[in-house]
Amino acid sequence: MVQERTLPQFQAPAAQISPEEGLRLYEDMVLGRYFEDKCAEMYYRGKMFGFVHLYNGQEAVSSGVIKSLRSDDYVCSTYRDHVHALSAGVPAENVMAELFGKETGCSKGRGGSMHLFSSQHNLLGGFAFIGEGIPVALGAAFQSRYRKDALGDSSADQVTACFFGDGTSNNGQFFECLNMAALWKLPILFVVENNKWAIGMAHERATSQPEIYKKAAVFGMPGIEVDGMDVMAVRAVAQEAVARARAGEGPTLIECLTYRFRGHSLADPDELRSKAEKEAWLARDPIKRFEAYLLEHNLTDEGGLKDVRDRIQTRIDDALTFAEESPEPSPDDLYKYIFADD
Amino acid sequence: MAETLLFNALREAIDEEMGRDDTVFVLGEDVGVYGGSYKVTKDLYEKYGELRVLDTPIAENSFTGMAVGAAMTGLRPIIEGMNMGFLLLAFNQIANNAGMLRYTSGGNYKIPMVIRGPGGVGRQLGAEHSQRLEAYFQAVPGLKIVACSTPYNAKGLLKAAIRDDNPVLFFEHVLLYNLKEDLPNHEYIVPLDKAEIVRPGKDVTILTYSRMRHHVTQAVKGLEKKGIDPEVIDLISLKPLDFDTIGPSIKKTHRVIIVEECMKTGGIGAEIIASINDRYFDELDAPVVRLSSQDIPTPYNGKLETLTIVQPKQIEAAVEAMVALKV
Repeated sequence: MVQERTLPQFQAPAAQISPEEGLRLYEDMVLGRYFEDKCAEMYYRGKMFGFVHLYNGQEAVSSGVIKSLRSDDYVCSTYRDHVHALSAGVPAENVMAELFGKETGCSKGRGGSMHLFSSQHNLLGGFAFIGEGIPVALGAAFQSRYRKDALGDSSADQVTACFFGDGTSNNGQFFECLNMAALWKLPILFVVENNKWAIGMAHERATSQPEIYKKAAVFGMPGIEVDGMDVMAVRAVAQEAVARARAGEGPTLIECLTYRFRGHSLADPDELRSKAEKEAWLARDPIKRFEAYLLEHNLTDEGGLKDVRDRIQTRIDDALTFAEESPEPSPDDLYKYIFADD
Repeated sequence: MAETLLFNALREAIDEEMGRDDTVFVLGEDVGVYGGSYKVTKDLYEKYGELRVLDTPIAENSFTGMAVGAAMTGLRPIIEGMNMGFLLLAFNQIANNAGMLRYTSGGNYKIPMVIRGPGGVGRQLGAEHSQRLEAYFQAVPGLKIVACSTPYNAKGLLKAAIRDDNPVLFFEHVLLYNLKEDLPNHEYIVPLDKAEIVRPGKDVTILTYSRMRHHVTQAVKGLEKKGIDPEVIDLISLKPLDFDTIGPSIKKTHRVIIVEECMKTGGIGAEIIASINDRYFDELDAPVVRLSSQDIPTPYNGKLETLTIVQPKQIEAAVEAMVALKV
């Protein structure tokens, strides 16, 4: 086991959050967790197919960043995209239906787990290959700046949040896009979810400088390291980066130190990560931690938390029923959506 | 009418479309301050500013992906590949995202973008700058592939490509930029999906595109003297193929020769032959012949380079041989 990095300390009590906002974040994290647990169950029961990458353990990142955005901002994700889609507002019904390959899925059953899209929610995808979403996110951010500065639309201040993992930070598209984002001061957040492992490749074995946030400096861009198991910390960092982007002051690289509680995908035997490492990170479960925070600061009580969990459980059950009962795409539509005039 | 060089015809198309629609923008290497390697974007930087004529770093895969993201969110990017061969570095973005994303997203997004630039075998530019790439992209779903060949069709096709809501790969030929032609003063559009009957005829159908159209035209002069009357069709659209034009010609001549600059193996011609077999086998009086360039990296040596691509004399001989076949 490699020496663990020291997690940055964050003074949570100093951060302000209203009870409503606190419960909204909690609800989003619980939704992500319960949704993924249901996916695992459905996969093992043979109801869901393909490569399915679950997000358990990383919820503080999705909720902390995406809930700091406006609804007209953009989100760009990877193959581990279910929870980003949910945080971005794509209804659980439509995400679940997509995983079941149904016509009511957010990608009409054509995409699957790694290709979730929703133009209505400004979810740019679901990009299955490493790094390819970063330039696409950069394009959305360029578009905001273009509308603002080339077309004079002062309302075009949308920000793009682009998520990817530690493995991607060794890909050329990462460096190329950091360069262009800084060069053109584009309104974008590069959010690295450093969960320490690229399938079986430990981050330190692949990366000459494992502290990813430090790579921002050579592009003249702020780079911030944050405890990705602490939603209040992620939220505070994200809010600052969003404000900077919206004000036209350019991009930020945020490295969230986090951990996935399951294997890379449900097909991964997960044999390389040590028991001690897993236990150490499980003890930092971001949902349990946030529950403790909410209680400690009297933002809710046990009953309030249980209400949220019960409500989410019902939503997940409803989403499952919706997905199971939805129709499959019609064979007549095999060629539909290849071209824009279809 | 004004005599216009092909590269200026392209420039006019971009200028007119940028003036018409302010979501249209150009990006690529040296498109701005430098005016484009073949001057297709000359002076547009001064006219439209640095965001609408965006000089990018040398990062083909990333700026192509950036164009995809911009297209998904409502802009209409035109990527200039300084040399189309450089776009091999962007193959993932062109195939997985430009080509497939609309389908994969279940119609959530459209990708109105043009990827244009010089391809083909030039004059002793060496293998990497003398690529015949159109067939590489042919199998990618969701892409339209077009090859222009004259100043007139270059301008009209590029305007159509910019207005199309799908990703269009737009091939120019490095040796055709200085072709001259009188162009209409009024605005015109040439549809992307229509082949052009260059010369009507009755004896044999010659299917060609891009620079090879001009080699065929040279060969036709010799054939005419020998009393042969070929029908010459410039495919224009390499994907999808315009069988509404190709089909009736085959039904008229019953003989087909394909003249192409791309590789023989897995080439455009190979796909055409397969499609003709599917659709018009009973119409044929002779096996379809294809004259393609050689399956080798384009050699630097001038004589070897000439041997690599199809020459007018070869076309003439092949047509004569086919017409001489007794049915």
